[in-house]
Amino acid sequence: MNHGQLLLIAILLSSFIPGIIIFFLPEEKHRLRTLLNLCGSIVKISLILVMNAGIYYGHVFEIRVPLIPGVELLLNGDPLSALFATLSSVLWLLTTIYAVGYLEGSPNRSHFFGYFSLCVTVTIGIALAGNLVTFLLFYEMLTLSTYPLVIHRGTEKSLRAGRNYLIYAFSGGAVFLVAVVWLQTIVGPVDFSAAGFSPSYLDSHGPVLALIFVLLIIGVGVKAALVPLHGWLPQAMVAPAPVSALLHAVAVVKAGAFGIIRIVLDVFGAQNLILLGVLPLLGGIATITILYGSFRALQQDDLKRRLAFSTISQVSYIALGMSMVDQPLAVIGGLVHLVHQGLMKITLFFCAGNLAETLGIHRISEMSGVARRMPLTMAAFSIGALGMIGIPPTVGFVSKWYLGLGGLAGGNWWLLLVLVISSLMNGWYFLPILVRAWFGKQQGPWPEEMYSGRYETKLMLLVPPLVTAFIVLAAGLIANAQISPLAWVRFIVRGYGL
Amino acid sequence: MITTLLYSLTGLILFAMGLFTLIIHSHPLRKILAVNVMATGIFLILVATAYIPLGQGEVDPVPHAMVLTGIVVSVSVTALALIMACRVQETSNLAILKGKKKVKNTQETET
Amino acid sequence: MIASVILPLIAGLLCFLFNRRTFIIALAATLANFLIASFLLYQFLIFGPMRCYIGGWQPPLGITLRTDGPALLMLLITAVTGFAVTLYARGYFSHRISDPVRVGRHQRQQRYFWPLWMLLLAGLNGLFLSGDIFNLYVTLEIIGISAASLAALSGKPASQRASFRYLLISLLGSLTYLLGVVFLYRSCGVLDLDLLRNFAVNGSGMHAALTLLTIGLLLKTALVPLHFWLPPAHANALAPVSVILSALVVKGSFYLLFRFWFETFASIVTTQALNFLGTLGAIAILWGAIQAIRQQRLKLMVAYSTVSQLGYLFIAFPLSKAAEGAQVWAIVIFMALTHACAKSAMFMAAGNIYLHLGHDRIKDLSGVRASLPITVFAYGIAGVSLMGLPPSGAFIAKWMLLSSSFASSQWWWPLVIVTGSLLAMVYVFRVMSRFFVILETDTLKNPVPLSPLLEWPALILALISLFLGLLAPWPLHILSRGSMTLAQTFPGGLP
Repeated sequence: MNHGQLLLIAILLSSFIPGIIIFFLPEEKHRLRTLLNLCGSIVKISLILVMNAGIYYGHVFEIRVPLIPGVELLLNGDPLSALFATLSSVLWLLTTIYAVGYLEGSPNRSHFFGYFSLCVTVTIGIALAGNLVTFLLFYEMLTLSTYPLVIHRGTEKSLRAGRNYLIYAFSGGAVFLVAVVWLQTIVGPVDFSAAGFSPSYLDSHGPVLALIFVLLIIGVGVKAALVPLHGWLPQAMVAPAPVSALLHAVAVVKAGAFGIIRIVLDVFGAQNLILLGVLPLLGGIATITILYGSFRALQQDDLKRRLAFSTISQVSYIALGMSMVDQPLAVIGGLVHLVHQGLMKITLFFCAGNLAETLGIHRISEMSGVARRMPLTMAAFSIGALGMIGIPPTVGFVSKWYLGLGGLAGGNWWLLLVLVISSLMNGWYFLPILVRAWFGKQQGPWPEEMYSGRYETKLMLLVPPLVTAFIVLAAGLIANAQISPLAWVRFIVRGYGL
Repeated sequence: MITTLLYSLTGLILFAMGLFTLIIHSHPLRKILAVNVMATGIFLILVATAYIPLGQGEVDPVPHAMVLTGIVVSVSVTALALIMACRVQETSNLAILKGKKKVKNTQETET
Repeated sequence: MIASVILPLIAGLLCFLFNRRTFIIALAATLANFLIASFLLYQFLIFGPMRCYIGGWQPPLGITLRTDGPALLMLLITAVTGFAVTLYARGYFSHRISDPVRVGRHQRQQRYFWPLWMLLLAGLNGLFLSGDIFNLYVTLEIIGISAASLAALSGKPASQRASFRYLLISLLGSLTYLLGVVFLYRSCGVLDLDLLRNFAVNGSGMHAALTLLTIGLLLKTALVPLHFWLPPAHANALAPVSVILSALVVKGSFYLLFRFWFETFASIVTTQALNFLGTLGAIAILWGAIQAIRQQRLKLMVAYSTVSQLGYLFIAFPLSKAAEGAQVWAIVIFMALTHACAKSAMFMAAGNIYLHLGHDRIKDLSGVRASLPITVFAYGIAGVSLMGLPPSGAFIAKWMLLSSSFASSQWWWPLVIVTGSLLAMVYVFRVMSRFFVILETDTLKNPVPLSPLLEWPALILALISLFLGLLAPWPLHILSRGSMTLAQTFPGGLP
């Protein structure tokens, strides 16, 4: 076993082992628990950065575990995995800090953090998956490890939301499995590194392959919350804020989007998809999702639900970018939005959680003048919101810029139209919040003032959103530099020869 | 040849009769007896298989071994089945008794 | 090889005679059984398939024992599960006896449990190792008698009725099987499984014999529509007994059925017959799952889940025909191994919950997560394996089922398989979500903590079933090792 394989295993174990240990810790040992969590995440980030450096210089990281003839587990570090893995691990660190602060004093924390760690392990597994079987394995495990998080509160509402989540997720998983087996019977085992199968299969099995593509997209589309498979997401908002943050920014929805990217770029390959002619279908679904999500977001008064619908809408930018796979600029826009949307959305959710935890605010109508009471939180929120709308110099602007350029280059005016309309709708549902918070007058006492101290809220709740908001700005400002996410995405796209 | 055929047919008919009784009749004792009849039918077929007319060679010992084994199994199983049937009877009687007693008690307290 | 059968028999006798030390005897016996099974496997990997003529008598008069890949794998999983059940039963009876109410009844149950379980184990080992068709009848009867008696141990009226019915059905199955054997003997004159293969030509006699054998074994394996005896018998039995019945006993008769259809009589089975069995299996999957969802009691739900999972084994019939050599057995072996471990874990978990709460009504199972975390984990992992999620062995089996149905263009099986998995998800998580409900007040009836012997075997078995998929190459290697040419014969009954 060489160093590369050891590194991959170590990356996975760095959150798995703390997770198992945490399960067995008694409730009171919260210091030890926090220590384990933080150590695990710092180790993981460092290892992933090492791996990234290796990938940049062309190292091969690969582990193969054969199961039955034709089926093997494959872990593979390629530039795309590096992107997703880095995003997940960095955001996990911040979410852990946030969760420790948020859940202080609530029951069953050992189990919560145990599942939390398992969830991140599985997400990194999805990032590192090198073929469809491994991807499927970690995909189903993701559903299993996030379910206890969703139903953590144990109330009737949580259970119902959890049940819905399971039904959607496992149905999607079943469809995905059927599609994977079918595909494998036709073209043989599919390694992601091959970046698509031989076009000769298209002649004999064209329509079948198109159907398989649709099934695969449905399978991952459940997690990616493509309309009409998005029903589980707003209901899952009943979970605690760290879980929502994790679900939307780090793990579940991103895993679905990552799946779409993999299917388009690595399973079918750009050329095959252009020949098959299914890309307009993907583009159409993405457009509908973008518009529908924004439309529903407008109608919500509950802050987290509005953010949920905003997620549904925003993640489809990634799918939209992928559907324009013949335009490298659009692909860059879609890929980099994976990172950017994660950063922005997690900021927004952290802030929403702060408002709920500190002042008991759940609805937008209760948010008048809150910026005076919690200026730093609202500042972070504003940066995230502006990023969602696409105002420079936030990262949101960068992704939309590239998508727009891609649309222009391909002569797809409708793409530009969609971008403009959705940005306007984003503004329509974000700006009033900002106006109300900053310029509104406080109407009566806050619903539940739960915290009063030196800073506006607990430090552990305050620092993470500030950090992510800072990254949102910084990554946008230095977007053209060597170390920005955009540069890495350019590296990825170059690797595909697009 | 005819002998074999006759005995085998009888065995089959016995098996069928036993099967019918097992399925249709509900009394436990009947069912146990039916199983015995079915087993006997099979043994009869086996013995018929072993039959070789006088002077045409050695009798085939294998079916005889099977029949002996079968009889032993049949005996022990019948014993077990009988005990179980008794237990079923006892426990359902007990349940009815308890139920009746309860009914009586409430009736007395009501009046 | 003989030792596999003789050892549990002796242990059973000893358990019956010595009332005090039953657990030690049983533990030693199951441990030794596991070691013997491993040793046989090791020998198999070196020498290939083996035969052993007991007492030096050659067939057709003598009894032969033979080992090959599938037999050894089933033997091994029986040994592993048997060991776990022994530990679990010890914990179960200790817990029950520590409860001052009804001590006498539990002590009596314990007294008779061990000899009967040892007898059952002897029968199972004999079934997997037997090489002639009449000996199989004897082992089937041994298994039937001891299983029915074990089912009746609990003493409740419902279990008495259920076990009586079980005994009668078992007898009916054995007798039908015996009639099939008689027909075979009349047509071929041999009883040895390998020799029978040469005689398997198309003819009404052979077809009739195979049909009778099949019906007899189907009754014992509880395939829909002959499954009606299974849920009451398994659900009303004591927890360790339910484990044994669901995980091991039904597998024995299924194993025989598969062997007959795909090895001994492979040349005379028709595609229509295979499809018929497959259809019955599909109905079993759907019907069992729907019934499981409707149940109010946990143990009944798990019993119906067994009915459903057995259907998967039968769907393999039409789909295994396409494979050749070792692959024929692969699907059913993976499914059987996973189901044995996962169903044991589930019944053990259900038993634990019953001991802890005093009942097993599903809607009142709230809040168990906090008090029995290991059991809840075991249940969850077992449920995940039953659903066929990766990387469990059932996933491997499902993959192979799906891939051979796509390869042979039989589109309807994937639909059934997928629906079955989703329905399994419903009934597994229906109970799981109740575990996670956080109760307002602490209303536990029996705050006595459960011993580790009760919880850990369940968890370990569940983990085995979950990670069986990762170990997939080894069973495949074992299955492909050795073929019909026999490597060694051991006259005189060794080892």
